Amino acid sequence: MEMPAPDPKILSRKQLIVERLLSVLPEDAVIHDPAETRAYECDALTAYKCPPMAAVLPSSTEEVSAVLKICHEEGVPVVPRGSGTSLAGGALPTADSIILGVARLNQVLETDYENRFIRVQSGRTNLSVTGAVEEHGFFYAPDPSSQLACAIAGNIAMNSGGAHCLKYGVTTNNLMGVKMVLMDGTIVDIGGPWLDSGGLDLLGLISGSEGQLGVVTEATLRILHKPEGARPVLIGFDSNEVAGQCVSDIIRAGILPVAIEFMDRPCIRATEAFAHPGYPDCEALLIVEVEGSEAEIDEQLAVIKEIARRHNPVELRESGSPEESAKIWLGRKSAFGAMGQINDYMCLDGTIPVSELPYVLKRIGEMSKEYGLDVGNVFHAGDGNMHPLILYDANKPGDLETCEAFGADILKLCVEVGGCLTGEHGVGIEKRDLMVAQYTPDDLELQMRVKDVFDPKWLLNPAKVFPLEATESRRAA
Amino acid sequence: MMRPESEEELAALVAGAEGPLRVIGGGTRPIGRPVAGETLSVSRLAGVTLYEPGALTLVVKAGTPVREVEAVLAAEGQRLPFEPMDHRVLLGTEGEPTIGGVVAGNVSGPRRIQVGACRDFLLGVRFVSGEGKVIKSGGRVMKNVTGYDLVKLMAGSWGTLGVLTEVSFKVLAMPQAEATLIRRGQDAGAAVASLSAALGSPYDVSGAAHVTAGVMEDEALTLVRVEGMAESVRYRAGRLGEGWELVEDGQSAALWRRLRDVEPFAARPGAVWRVSVKPTDGPVLTDNLLAEGLEHAAIHDWGGGLVWLLVEEEGDAGAALIRRQTAALGGHATLIRGSEELRARVPVFEPLSAPLAALSRGLKQKFDPRGILNPGLMGV
Repeated sequence: MEMPAPDPKILSRKQLIVERLLSVLPEDAVIHDPAETRAYECDALTAYKCPPMAAVLPSSTEEVSAVLKICHEEGVPVVPRGSGTSLAGGALPTADSIILGVARLNQVLETDYENRFIRVQSGRTNLSVTGAVEEHGFFYAPDPSSQLACAIAGNIAMNSGGAHCLKYGVTTNNLMGVKMVLMDGTIVDIGGPWLDSGGLDLLGLISGSEGQLGVVTEATLRILHKPEGARPVLIGFDSNEVAGQCVSDIIRAGILPVAIEFMDRPCIRATEAFAHPGYPDCEALLIVEVEGSEAEIDEQLAVIKEIARRHNPVELRESGSPEESAKIWLGRKSAFGAMGQINDYMCLDGTIPVSELPYVLKRIGEMSKEYGLDVGNVFHAGDGNMHPLILYDANKPGDLETCEAFGADILKLCVEVGGCLTGEHGVGIEKRDLMVAQYTPDDLELQMRVKDVFDPKWLLNPAKVFPLEATESRRAA
Repeated sequence: MMRPESEEELAALVAGAEGPLRVIGGGTRPIGRPVAGETLSVSRLAGVTLYEPGALTLVVKAGTPVREVEAVLAAEGQRLPFEPMDHRVLLGTEGEPTIGGVVAGNVSGPRRIQVGACRDFLLGVRFVSGEGKVIKSGGRVMKNVTGYDLVKLMAGSWGTLGVLTEVSFKVLAMPQAEATLIRRGQDAGAAVASLSAALGSPYDVSGAAHVTAGVMEDEALTLVRVEGMAESVRYRAGRLGEGWELVEDGQSAALWRRLRDVEPFAARPGAVWRVSVKPTDGPVLTDNLLAEGLEHAAIHDWGGGLVWLLVEEEGDAGAALIRRQTAALGGHATLIRGSEELRARVPVFEPLSAPLAALSRGLKQKFDPRGILNPGLMGV
């Protein structure tokens, strides 16, 4: 993966820049020793590494503003970082950049149950937002699988989803307002604990902008009361087509499960060997979860089971207790770990129209043979967000490149059938050069103009989202 | 009036335009500062491009009548979940509301409090920029974080950034049943407290409104709606509203249609404001306005967070007083009904802070460098 060459003029001024940063931050908030900056050399896309020139850990919006003002004046690129769990290289530094970590901004500022929102600093982890309100029976809905570690800042940057977004939506649908610092240090408030925008929907634009338009320091998030209960049912099929048809039929019946998860045979086998959830050995497996009171759950599951039976499932298992529910979810939740046990893997997240599921799975199987790399599929079937996990050996020369080529072909296939490159992980560096498969030069030009408005010098999170050649003239300006 | 029949023709018209264009769908929502310019209507760009009920996905041309969209969905037992308002009732306009107009105004109704706004169900857009370029953003799938989200930006931009040609939505099933709980005689403060309790329950409330005395009936009404499978609706209504009156199905639907369209203000003269605040600030806003001497009638929707205000159309129609409240409490006010003369004189949309105004102007300039698309409509 090509990254822009570091600017020697910036590197030569490192000492001056660090001194200026130390003038606005406490000493322990500026990390510039090369032995220590290595901690920030990559995110969860570990195939690519580059230590930044320095990293800063501000503790307030004012400190973030002061840092950005200095970097703006000095022309230094800034890479915002939440918890560094991006699978797309969204927080990969360049050698001449400053990492701006929001980890110390982790406070809850306000909880309001009457108006159903919480205001937090953006470095707070996703799960600890729910942790702050669950005593009152509330929760924050988006639940990316990294929720124990990932920060709200990163969730906003990537517009993160999760297993339950079929019903509750993704980050952008649950974000009510932000406090954000622009690259020149200006602090802006967008939205708040009321609904919709009085002018252009700038909040909608910020969600999913991958840290390229500003650094979010505070977020107002919608919280909901937990449902009375939830119960999953596990359904096994001997073909992907039938499983896909079952998903479609459930949705057409007017039921909106809170989650519909899909695993294919390679993934079922891997998780069974790894976590022993007691899954049937079949071609495709669905986990469908519904919510409500006991009676409401019974009412919905009766419809779902009836539909499933019409498709002759090889297994139909309704959870009868919290322990059984946990066991049904155990395999799904350990799928990534199970695949990682077998080998290194690359996780994709292209999204496809649900109707194309059988065709896309068939094509992925064929491509797997052509490339000679195994692939397991686990994904959110209700919304078509796939997660093919391609296995490769990082120590085998050429394997990573083969894996990347395979991954790119899968993503192009997703676009061909009417889907997109990424459903919830973001573009980062990983899919940057594939953007031309989904967008025309005019489409991309208009997106880049949005960045021109927010960050005219193109200093925020360089070399992400857009193909390098497309941004060259802007970065050089 | 220019009425292109294809996206290409529309793009050529915009590229070749020598002056400002007044972009419209069905022309039933004359909202915003009046725009001078040649009228460009998208009403001939109509029809369903793709509908997959099993994937909850609908793609339609922007000029398609809302009525047609709703009929196509209803035939499969589905609907637009965000319950878009028909502005003809309140504004006394005629014509055929289009789906593009719904998107351009981010028009959402009472159910917005539960499921989200129009923009939350908008999966993708195609539009023609001010330079006459055909642009797409998003697509037809529910999860998509590929590139910047211009989809949300286009929703509620009132045709000032581009001319919509095609829009795609996530749709949802119509419920089997619905019921509305009614409680009479509460004041706004007590009503919002009841609504907050209902919305903060696990019972999936899909409508929560309070209509002050004399607006719909002599008594004030507090309304809570639940929808879903029949047994579930009965169960949740029982849990929520012990001692409340209950109306079901058709009767319930008729009530919410009236609220959606702000019908109680339709026949009454005056300017109408739509104010979005924190729900518990709704009654604070109306109390403060009365204390400041602004006589008004009010409908509180969205659990109290959406306040429809009917005021006399004289002077600035309360603009300064209302905006003093939105500035102090937080929130925004939009003048929805007012004469052209009033809308030319009073900022229709909430004035922005200096940095946000600069960003909005910057976006307008980048999307429409010649400033020809609905210039001035949003006051940017």
